[in-house]
Amino acid sequence: MEKDPNNILEEVTQSEYKYGFYTDIEMETAPKGLSEDTIRFISAKKNEPEWLLQFRLEAYRKWLGMTEPTWAHLHHPPINYQDIIYYAAPKKKKELASLDEVDPELIETFNKLGISLEEQKRLSGVAVDAVIDSVSVKTTFSETLEKQGIIFCSFSEAVQKVPELVKQYLGTVVPADDNYFAALNSAVFSDGSFCYIPKGVRCPIELSTYFRINAANTGQFERTLIIGDENSYVSYMEGCTAPMRDENQLHAAIVEIIALKDAEVKYSTVQNWYPGNKKGEGGIYNFVTKRGICKGNNSKISWTQVETGSAITWKYPSVVLMGDHSVGEFYSVAVTNNYQQADTGSKMIHLGKNTKSTIISKGISAGHSSNSYRGLVKMTKRAENSRNFSQCDSLLLGDKCGAHTFPYIKTENKTSIVEHEATTSKISDDQLFYCNQRGIGTESAIGLIVNGYAREVLKQLPMEFAVEAQKLLSISLEGSVG
Amino acid sequence: MLSIKNLRVSINGKEILKGINLEVKPGEVHAIMGPNGTGKSTLASVIAGRDIFDVEEGEIQFRGKDLLDMSVEDRASEGIFLGFQYPVEIPGVSITNFMRTAVNEQRKYRGLDPMPANEFLAKMEEKKQMLEIHAKLANRSVNEGFSGGEKKKNEIFQMAMLDPSLAILDETDSGLDIDALKIVANGVNKLRRPDNAFVVITHYQRLLEYIVPDIVHVLFDGRIVRSGGKELAIELEEKGYEWIRA
Ligand SMILES: Nc1ncnc2c1ncn2[C@@H]1O[C@H](COP(=O)(O)OP(=O)(O)OP(=O)(O)O)[C@@H](O)[C@H]1O
Ligand SMILES: [Mg+2]
Repeated sequence: MEKDPNNILEEVTQSEYKYGFYTDIEMETAPKGLSEDTIRFISAKKNEPEWLLQFRLEAYRKWLGMTEPTWAHLHHPPINYQDIIYYAAPKKKKELASLDEVDPELIETFNKLGISLEEQKRLSGVAVDAVIDSVSVKTTFSETLEKQGIIFCSFSEAVQKVPELVKQYLGTVVPADDNYFAALNSAVFSDGSFCYIPKGVRCPIELSTYFRINAANTGQFERTLIIGDENSYVSYMEGCTAPMRDENQLHAAIVEIIALKDAEVKYSTVQNWYPGNKKGEGGIYNFVTKRGICKGNNSKISWTQVETGSAITWKYPSVVLMGDHSVGEFYSVAVTNNYQQADTGSKMIHLGKNTKSTIISKGISAGHSSNSYRGLVKMTKRAENSRNFSQCDSLLLGDKCGAHTFPYIKTENKTSIVEHEATTSKISDDQLFYCNQRGIGTESAIGLIVNGYAREVLKQLPMEFAVEAQKLLSISLEGSVG
Repeated sequence: MLSIKNLRVSINGKEILKGINLEVKPGEVHAIMGPNGTGKSTLASVIAGRDIFDVEEGEIQFRGKDLLDMSVEDRASEGIFLGFQYPVEIPGVSITNFMRTAVNEQRKYRGLDPMPANEFLAKMEEKKQMLEIHAKLANRSVNEGFSGGEKKKNEIFQMAMLDPSLAILDETDSGLDIDALKIVANGVNKLRRPDNAFVVITHYQRLLEYIVPDIVHVLFDGRIVRSGGKELAIELEEKGYEWIRA
């Protein structure tokens, strides 16, 4: 039986919790391992209200009864959840005196990406001058937003500033027991972003986590909540094209998006976590749950992602199309090289009438990597006259990589139309020779061809992001042919 | 400029070029004619550096440099251009982007900075007008969905953009209607200079009425069996290849 989304909402919000739980604890880091005590510790550290602690504890109890999913086309050694430190006070990164102290390989990548010197320093933790441009930019930025009633801050800040809003929406799109990693995140999430666009407001700028003050150290269990109130619009960008290194191997984030009547939320991300070395050692495991709900009529949610990093990616940004005439979109480019593994795709759950969804997925595999598309399109009985179009393309570089497509389609009414197209192609020697003959070396030629292949998705990205993403695609495939 | 000596080439053990000798001097236009499958495109590809062919013997010198040791892209940057008999499609890559990349990679090879954007766009505009190419075509992906004639015109357009010292045009005339043929020939003629050269591969003497060759070669079964002035092309058209064979 199908779960009524309204029930999901109730399940999470029915019980009233008391506010004001506060303890002062001197310790800065929780002991290794996961227990109710760890969770109480995290919650106390963050000065959270009682209801949020209960939310976490409930999630933890559910997680205890769940098992790690094995259906994905991924292989990794078992994760020891008791060997992880779930809370460490946001430490200031060790500041370096100059860029000379930074790993030269990292600098080289920065240069290839065309990242400015100031930005390079910021990203690699070099102390920057007190009066740099971005500080003043940030201030003007926040003022503009506040005037319009837009709330854009860290998740922890939101819990203190607008607890009612957080409480109303947290866990309503991704219930705590949605899946194993979602339950884990709900129990121990560290921090993340919160964004609320009031009724009728069109956010005048692209909201980027880069501009958010307090963005540092959101940690391995990130939590993001975006709410577009009626008739609002926001374009939200997350991530960074610069390579992100992290000592934590396991990352399990949750992003929830709520679009009310006539609202539109556009979410773009470029993800470039450390993928491990050429032999496949190290690298981040990225198990993310991203879901949006088009709650009101005529609402729209659009996901655009460019994935080049992580050793393992497990990620299916989805849209629940609840309102009539609502629209869900998913545009994705996923690159895997060396020994990377990606199992990614989208779910479009059509509940409302005349709803429309589009899935465009471009997988690019090189080296010994494995790249799977997994998608679900569901037309429920009520979702009359709804449509989905899915296009899943795979591009293979070399013959040691693999691409797989797992589309699932469930249609419970007769008036809806679901279309699925899939192609697999290779970069041909003729194409490379043609480019070479024009003076374009093989490495640049591959970059050019791959970017051409992904163009449909890249053009969905905000301008500034798109340019960086293009360079990133070329760089991630360097050395993959020849 | 181009000097080929006793070139023997095979593919999968099958010998295709059986001792080619060819001298092309600056300012010259050479035409190569010959029946299907005799090795005209193979010769063009080997000069450009396609590695599926095995060079068994011989040498190719280009402006005093040994070509056989050079990569395909370096040969291109040295000034060799190949107009393909079958141009390749590159989905999603606009002609503008493709050309900007090519122009700048070649400039990099020559130690020059990338061409400033406005200069590049002005050059695109000029060459498009010269070849009567629709503005829209340049925004489309390289050769994707182009008609046969559009593809050939696009090859000449790229040649004009890259301004090579030696252009080898492999059956650029086939697939062109009579107006397009004139435009293309006109474009080539405008690009002719005392310091560059053209090798035109064709089956039809009609093209040679517009692009007048200095020397015509007949390639037959992997060998150049006859060379002569432009009259040779007319004679060939009248008498057919049987006449050569005899
Ligand atoms: N990649 C290849 N693999 C196998 N044989 C090849 C290959 N390329 C060319 N050949 C063979 O080499 C011979 C010469 O081919 P080539 O394309 O050079 O002929 P051509 O003179 O250009 O002919 P046309 O006038 O039809 O264009 C032919 O027998 C052809 O089948
Ligand atoms: Mg040929």
